[in-house]
Amino acid sequence: MAKITFDGIEVEVPDGTTILNAARQIGGSIVPPAMCYYTPLKGSGGKCRACLVKVSAGSAKDPRPMPKLVASCITTVQDGMVVENTINQQVMDVRKGIVEMLLINHPLDCPVCDQAGECSLQDFAFEHGVSTTRYEEERRTFEKIDIGPLIQLHMTRCILCYRCVYTADQLTPERVHGVLGRGDASEIGTYIENIIDNEFSGNVIDVCPVGALTDKTFRFKQRVWFTKPVDAHRDCTTDKCNGRVTLWYKGKDVLRVTARKDAYGEVKEWICNTCRFDKKETSDWVLEGPAHISRASVIAQNHYELPVVNPQVIQDLPESTTRELERNPPLRLGGLNN
Amino acid sequence: MEPTTAPTKPQFSPAAQAEIKRLLTHYPEDRSKSALLPILHIAQAEFGGWVSPEVQDLVAETLGIKPIEVYEVATFYTQYNLKPVGKHVLEICRTGPCMLRGSDELTAHLERITGAKVGGTSPDGTFTLKEVECLAACGFAPIVQVREKYYEQLDTPEAVDAMLNELKSLVHRPILPWEETGLPNSLKNY
Amino acid sequence: MGRKLLTEHINVEGINTFEVYRKHGGYRSVEKALKTMTPDEVVEEVKKSGLRGRGGAGFPTGMKWSFLAKPEGVPRYLVCNADESEPGTFKDRQLMSKLPHLLIEGMITGSYALGARTSYIYIRGELLYVLRILEKAIAEAYAAGFLGENILGSGYSLDLHVHPGAGAYICGEETALLESLEGKRGNPRNKPPFPAVQGLYARPTVVNNVETIAAVVPIINEGGDEYAKLGVGKSTGTKLISACGHLNKPGIYEIELGVPVEEFIYSDEYCGGIWKGRDLKAVVAGGSSVPILPKELILKTAAGENRLMTYESLSDGGFVTGTMLGSGGFIAMDETTCIVKNTWNFSRFYHHESCGQCSPCREGTGWMEKVLHRLEHGHGSMHDIDLLVSVAKQIEGNTICPLGEAAAWPVAAAVRHFRHEFEWHVTHPKEATAPGAAYRGPAVLA
Repeated sequence: MAKITFDGIEVEVPDGTTILNAARQIGGSIVPPAMCYYTPLKGSGGKCRACLVKVSAGSAKDPRPMPKLVASCITTVQDGMVVENTINQQVMDVRKGIVEMLLINHPLDCPVCDQAGECSLQDFAFEHGVSTTRYEEERRTFEKIDIGPLIQLHMTRCILCYRCVYTADQLTPERVHGVLGRGDASEIGTYIENIIDNEFSGNVIDVCPVGALTDKTFRFKQRVWFTKPVDAHRDCTTDKCNGRVTLWYKGKDVLRVTARKDAYGEVKEWICNTCRFDKKETSDWVLEGPAHISRASVIAQNHYELPVVNPQVIQDLPESTTRELERNPPLRLGGLNN
Repeated sequence: MEPTTAPTKPQFSPAAQAEIKRLLTHYPEDRSKSALLPILHIAQAEFGGWVSPEVQDLVAETLGIKPIEVYEVATFYTQYNLKPVGKHVLEICRTGPCMLRGSDELTAHLERITGAKVGGTSPDGTFTLKEVECLAACGFAPIVQVREKYYEQLDTPEAVDAMLNELKSLVHRPILPWEETGLPNSLKNY
Repeated sequence: MGRKLLTEHINVEGINTFEVYRKHGGYRSVEKALKTMTPDEVVEEVKKSGLRGRGGAGFPTGMKWSFLAKPEGVPRYLVCNADESEPGTFKDRQLMSKLPHLLIEGMITGSYALGARTSYIYIRGELLYVLRILEKAIAEAYAAGFLGENILGSGYSLDLHVHPGAGAYICGEETALLESLEGKRGNPRNKPPFPAVQGLYARPTVVNNVETIAAVVPIINEGGDEYAKLGVGKSTGTKLISACGHLNKPGIYEIELGVPVEEFIYSDEYCGGIWKGRDLKAVVAGGSSVPILPKELILKTAAGENRLMTYESLSDGGFVTGTMLGSGGFIAMDETTCIVKNTWNFSRFYHHESCGQCSPCREGTGWMEKVLHRLEHGHGSMHDIDLLVSVAKQIEGNTICPLGEAAAWPVAAAVRHFRHEFEWHVTHPKEATAPGAAYRGPAVLA
């Protein structure tokens, strides 16, 4: 075990834990944002630089500060390490700079983007960015590509997190898409328009932090904040899929099916394409209850929708959490009760 | 030469196959993917100075790796040409030290006399002009690379003419192992 | 001209052949190391020599070698970085094509010191003609019993191979190089783990520049202490300087570290002064990524001392009034040079060469290039000049690999010392964009 101090809060975690995951154990607003790191995906992380933090003491043995900011998602803790995130002005300034870099070539087409409302880049920009741009040049654009009949790739929105590449490496025997080209001309592609034809290909939609990979069966159907997430399961016969999903309702209609995500938007159990794309009747599923969206979102922060909290849920929460909720209210819980 | 037409499967020549076999001995048995870059060089020399998707698929098959692994690599490294090229690809260095010694003027001159624009091929299919970054021969600037050969100090029309004259009669063929390809003058008379 | 440890015999007819190279004392270091020294003793000699990495970073080689992890039963590798591609640097090409056996000899001695049984020379793909020279020389070394099984009856065996890149500056970064050697895109790896622990094929690996490995030969032949007597202070030995740009005699010069910069530029022994009888305007002393200095600051430090060709003297004044020796790519610019154009050119280079993996570099390099392009073509504003500095600062220190710094430093330094020239492009766009135009006003020296 290693004891570290993160933004003045002490936490003890197993050796080998990353700084980011140690911070997630503390939770709340001190957790660094992660645009490319994704716990279930081996090899992910280190690329977007959104989670850079200051290590002001390397370890108890060697308390010297690290000379550069480090990516908290791939740097492991050392006993006695002292890390500064939100309390360090340099970190905050750099993070603002990272937002700017990620946005200069982003189309900012949130009003027509299906990801809006559950977009990591939107959240990141809202929390750390500025409302004006210094970028006067032409933005990079790409043509939209259909990757098979179910997934659309809108490369112009991509932030090159590589998550979808790692997902395909990990879940499918034959990865057919990857990062082509170099530098700011890099793109996710199949080069000769190979169709991603695999039972687990739909998971690339869930891991995509932005609206680059979207579910074609859900395109323009509804803004996500008008849909109601419900956890459900079915007895799925696909090997390695246990059929535990979230259904997104509008009225009585299931508009889309996704894997279940945790507080940090991470899928813990992958789902197959049959569950995702073919089972859109309530009768296909055993409903479990409202899905908990515990993550603060742009939508909630921006009061497009008032923060609504399921009173039953509140009652069940430990007192410390209700206090945190009062301090940091815009959490949207219990979709069905909205 | 368009990739979509003529779907006949390319094949490596026996000489290329022998060279590939030799290269594979350089790496641990379970790491044969290491030979990807050198094999793509061989493929480009064998199949007309560029690597079509079919050729890239052949390379993938040769190494027993997924085609996407070849595409990812072929599109990353600028030496691999992904579209058909002319008989000679003139790679003109445009980076600082060459620019200081007149690479802009050289490029303009080459565009004029070959009829090709940078990034394109002359109407007769002889020359493709390609701007590249530093070729690491900065003391002998400005420089053009054609396949394996460097042409240096191309700062006079005469020097450029001499290069083009040499190229006129030159027929490219794959280089065999151990075969030297000729040194640029700067390396002959150090 | 000082002693030449590497290039003494470079002009000997046939020195590229094993026979002639051997006649001129070649492969003595292999004999000495394998027959009379333990691997650790070889490392010790290199430590004593004070040799610093010649690829640009200047990290002490002996220390780097001693960091190599040596778990039982796990292969280790020595990989030579021959991906020379820092603009202004062209020494390794010369060394490898004229003296291929010197590099091979250094690779054998170095591999022995590190306990590597297979070693690689990663050469940039543009230099396939040099790769062929090396392969031929390696075959000769095998035939002569200096490579392969049981070298010179010592029980030590080594295989040596040459591996080409294919056009990517980033592969000069050691972890990108290793990725490329594994047949992948040249994306630098996150560190840690460092190559000394997990390098090629996730095995402990040392990556050294061509010149660094070549320098091991005289160090073993003459002893580390003897080597350390050459040079000044912590800048020991000799260094190959690639001189280019507006010089009368551009080329490769092996200098004993400590030669005054002024002597190096103007003396007939070296570069013979600025071409066409013109005045010197600025110098990039260590390859395109190091800060540019105006004439006044490259010849003398801010304190008025003569600037020397050493790691320490060139970096005197930090990044405010100093620069770096880097890879020894010495680019001289005469009074007619447009600094804005040159900065834009370098910026275009880094934009072109960014691997695109991490966001500050992928997006920031392109941004800087576009702003510089505007300024150079007379469409910039005063605000753009500060914007450049700000974007450079946002990249620097925040990227996976040092390409971020390499892209940021030249821009920041050009604005620092030549701000008037950038402003002139804004205030006098017509004059500034006229063919052959160059600002002749004073530079900022502090």
